[in-house]
Amino acid sequence: MPTDATALQLVLNGDPALFAIVRLSLYVSLSAVMLAALIGIPLGAVIALTKFPGRQGVIILLNALMGLPPVVVGLAVYLALSRSGPLGSFGLLFTAGAMIIAQTVLVTPIIAALTRQTIEDLWIEYRDELTAMNLGPFGRVTALIWDARFSLVTALLAGFGRAAAEVGAIIIVGGNIEGFTRTMTTAIALETSKGDLPLAVGLGLVLIAIVIAVNALAWTARRAGERLAG
Amino acid sequence: MRAPSSELPIVFDAVTVTAGPVTILDNIALTLAPGAPTVLIGPNGSGKSTLLRVAMGLLAPSRGRITWGGLENVPPLKRAIVFQRPAMLRRSAAANIRFAMRAAGIPRAEHARRTGELLALVGLGPLADRAARRLSGGEQQRLALARALARDPAVLFLDEPTASLDPPATKAVEDIIRAVSHRNIKVVMATHDLGEARRLAGDVVMLHRGRIVETAAAASFFDTPQTAEAKTFLAGELLV
Repeated sequence: MPTDATALQLVLNGDPALFAIVRLSLYVSLSAVMLAALIGIPLGAVIALTKFPGRQGVIILLNALMGLPPVVVGLAVYLALSRSGPLGSFGLLFTAGAMIIAQTVLVTPIIAALTRQTIEDLWIEYRDELTAMNLGPFGRVTALIWDARFSLVTALLAGFGRAAAEVGAIIIVGGNIEGFTRTMTTAIALETSKGDLPLAVGLGLVLIAIVIAVNALAWTARRAGERLAG
Repeated sequence: MRAPSSELPIVFDAVTVTAGPVTILDNIALTLAPGAPTVLIGPNGSGKSTLLRVAMGLLAPSRGRITWGGLENVPPLKRAIVFQRPAMLRRSAAANIRFAMRAAGIPRAEHARRTGELLALVGLGPLADRAARRLSGGEQQRLALARALARDPAVLFLDEPTASLDPPATKAVEDIIRAVSHRNIKVVMATHDLGEARRLAGDVVMLHRGRIVETAAAASFFDTPQTAEAKTFLAGELLV
């Protein structure tokens, strides 16, 4: 069992291997959240504001997809990106790109479902005003997304939490290749299985610290924004 | 002075609005013509707000027809409404007005000047950059008026614009309504406050249980009401 000092030394000494893993983890997870936001926020807003046959079913499905098992997503993305898969020609398997795709698939339903709920609630409040202003569908979507921006930070944080914490999908499509596709979560799983616990504990501490720091930053930005915009 | 509007007259022709088994407006025949403010009065639930929504084009009649300047299905480009509890967008006071101008297609070059003018008109110039949701109830109501006027409307509908405001805030809003009316904008306002109706109305339309029970010039209505419902209402007795 490693001591806390051993684990902390890796962090405090700026261990290059550890920081390469941290950098890659942040790159993958933040990229996935950004892509998922670009897809999920407009998707959630459109579902919130549109009436169409089967809408209730779509909402139930979207909510259910928030609990998508990472290993199943990893397997699906693996099959799609493998040499014989439909996207095999891009040669993305066992790259950071594959890991971003897998996490984007995982995070998009979370952001879309939370956006849908947020926008729908705001629409109830704004419906009369925006309808009276004769605002078209695009204007409504953009106005509601903009005015819900502080609430949507929570959706992004939930997505980031999911991406930063998951291991099942990225270990399948990334392969946990040292110096190339090894992230904090895959490294923790590997080092723990090898019995090399100092690095695993060090990475665990860093992961928790990063998640807290990102949430604190987002919360502070949200509070400051709310104070200015109401 | 504003040119005569193609929005007017607004003509209700046997308009009925139902919600399930409930009749909210019953066979309404009414013409809203240019001129002094028309005030809709009546107790709660008499159909005032629904009539305003139909006139604004937010609600389609279940039966009958409504025309704006002789035409049906006219988009509300020159109509604006202030709701009893207006929703403030999560932006500054000035940004709320600019948003309404963008929605109305008013050229961006005019936004700054007109925003300043409108905020000055409603006495909110110093609060231009204040978050709209952080304004007081009276200030929000004045901002809602400015936001409605930002659309450069020919007709302005007001749904109980001073309900829940204290006397100074009520006076401020009423002063703005008078100023608006003098700009040749047709004001159609719902209220159950008889004092306010006396102060502002040119014409009065009294509603009760979804029907128009009396329509008259304000002076005539208040001095010599013709119907039993109007007499009861004006006497301050409960009209149920």
